[in-house]
Amino acid sequence: MTYTQTRGSSTGRADDHDAVDDVLRLLEPDGSRIADDTLDPWVADLSPHELRALHRDMVLTRRLDAEGVALQRQGQLALWAPCRGQEATQVGTAHALAPGDFVFPSYREHGVLLGRGAKPADYVLAWRGEEHSAYDHTTINAAPPQIIIGAQSLHATGWAMGAQRDGSTDVAVAYYGDGATSQGDVNEAMVFASSFRAPVVFVCSNNQWAISEPVTVQATYPIAGRAPGFGIPSLRIDGNDALACVAAMRWALDRARRGEGPSFIEAVTYRMGPHTTSDDPTRYRDAAEVDEWAQRDPIARLEAYLRAEGMLDDSGMDEVARAADALAAEVRAACIGATTRAPETMFDHVYAEPHAAVERQKAEYMDYLAGFEK
Amino acid sequence: MTALTLGSAINAGLSKALENDDKVLLMGEDIGKLGGVFRVTDGLQKRFGAQRVVDTPLAEAGIVGTAVGLALRGYRPVVEIQFDGFVYPAFDQIVCQVAKLHYRSNGRIRMPLVIRIPWAGGVGAAEHHSESPEAYFVHTAGLRVIAPSNPQDAYVMLQQAIASDDPVIFFEPKRLYHSKGEVDLDADLADAPPMHLARVAREGTDATIVTYGAQVRTALDAAVAAEDDGISLEVIDLRSLSPIDMNTVAASVRKTGRVVVTHEAAREAGVGAELIASITEECFHYLETPPRRVTGHDIPYPPSKLEKHHVPDLDRILHAVDLVLERGAGSSPTGGASAATVEGGVR
Repeated sequence: MTYTQTRGSSTGRADDHDAVDDVLRLLEPDGSRIADDTLDPWVADLSPHELRALHRDMVLTRRLDAEGVALQRQGQLALWAPCRGQEATQVGTAHALAPGDFVFPSYREHGVLLGRGAKPADYVLAWRGEEHSAYDHTTINAAPPQIIIGAQSLHATGWAMGAQRDGSTDVAVAYYGDGATSQGDVNEAMVFASSFRAPVVFVCSNNQWAISEPVTVQATYPIAGRAPGFGIPSLRIDGNDALACVAAMRWALDRARRGEGPSFIEAVTYRMGPHTTSDDPTRYRDAAEVDEWAQRDPIARLEAYLRAEGMLDDSGMDEVARAADALAAEVRAACIGATTRAPETMFDHVYAEPHAAVERQKAEYMDYLAGFEK
Repeated sequence: MTALTLGSAINAGLSKALENDDKVLLMGEDIGKLGGVFRVTDGLQKRFGAQRVVDTPLAEAGIVGTAVGLALRGYRPVVEIQFDGFVYPAFDQIVCQVAKLHYRSNGRIRMPLVIRIPWAGGVGAAEHHSESPEAYFVHTAGLRVIAPSNPQDAYVMLQQAIASDDPVIFFEPKRLYHSKGEVDLDADLADAPPMHLARVAREGTDATIVTYGAQVRTALDAAVAAEDDGISLEVIDLRSLSPIDMNTVAASVRKTGRVVVTHEAAREAGVGAELIASITEECFHYLETPPRRVTGHDIPYPPSKLEKHHVPDLDRILHAVDLVLERGAGSSPTGGASAATVEGGVR
């Protein structure tokens, strides 16, 4: 069965103003809980403890993100790609994962890494220019962050084909943005995943912008609508609604674990900040648009819901804020305390097996450097 | 020893690798039921099943990109790019992902991937079916690039490539697919020469010809012809284009003092350019005359009716040999003045 589920309230055109509301959701922007037949069954068992954990991880992600921006502004990081506004998509989907699942993130998925248990240094060493990838992929079951847009979608699909051959129920997840959906790799990944019924979930964070290009340059029709053409069921959800994100991800993971193959989730969200700290979004988008999206804030929304349900109060908020500050302090310390590797290490790991030419160039360069020490 | 074609030797090597390690799997277009457009994978799907010999969608980036994911999951994929000219859609996955993941992850992620590419011209094929793209991959750190010239090397080196924890681009000289040679099917990989070493295909004393792939055969034919003129040519079969075994090359050049490099690929920034630069750095004082390149021209691969003017043949190689030996009517006493003739001309 292939289908795309949306509310069906807009014309379906991506430039339709109502398109951002043509999504499945469980929490309205003001935090009020609404019913949705597709999503509700998947979050019926979420405990207050889990709901608070979701909120906490979203707050932590935002704080971590703010620290990343600050560290860049202070010259401690070369660059940072802010994720503010996308916390529900990242934390919500990651929350649904099992430990054995494997994520293939883009460079903006700080909340996904947090959900996978990354250490403070893991977030910043690559942005500081110390490493290409700071973390051990085996400890958090996450591939190195991908910079080539959409390339990881194929890696996730291949990993899933491997899991399938192993007879395991592990699922691969590819995270990418709306811009990536124009890439050949992403489309090829959907062909492979569909033809081989690979247990992979494609999570497209449609944050409305690919640097300066609005989503309408990538798609004149909702992105989730493409997946059924590949034979892949899709959901178009409110990516600023953490409950919807958990629910959609559980739906997709369950399909994969039951051998039903790939699923596609378009999480409609918004990149509140610049593309990176090098970007100036005032050149291409209106402040009014950003203000409008501020009213849909994912954290305020979940917080309003939890407060209304009596699951969160001021002291709970204080506790979360303290945890967030503590994480930020750890990230800052890991960043500022980082030491740059010795130059000879840049020759390491070009190859897994001995390689005389690289070794010779390393020796030549180290001899050259040694000449300055005399 | 068994007499096998180069294509059958590769089939035997794949078969042995599939037998020995259940993490090895083959992926490619038409490699399963059809056995590949060159029948190199003939019978393997029947024997090892469709989960291990996989007919993929027609998408080269998809083939290589999913192989990356399979490698991350612990598999050792051997993928086939149907023709040399079809590899470019996979270029990003090969250069940015396959080649760099080990480095990017500080050695935590291994990419034991083999990318087999039926390669080069001389078979009267359509456009995009006769390309020699090896220099792109030689230029890319993180890849090993192999180009066997005979059935025995193809059989052994393919298994070595599959066993390697580094990604290997494995160029199969398609105009030799049907040429036979003796293969030791029971060869112990541990006793075989390592994949990165070149081979002296023929010993000689007057000049060195350095080449690889199908051009090894042409160079050996040239050496036989030269013998009739009393010229003794040494022929080096590089076997590995990355890394290049400069020790073997330099030892030969120091002995002969004269060198011709020949390949089918275009001249500009080709493997020959790298070879001659390295030879000049390492053997400058041993060189009696300027080294020469005999290569494909710096043109797109021509229509097949013209390819005999593009792929260097025996006569073009011998012409260059005359120049480095400063002999014959076509060469000037200085050697240098004749450079324009050899570089511009087709005999």
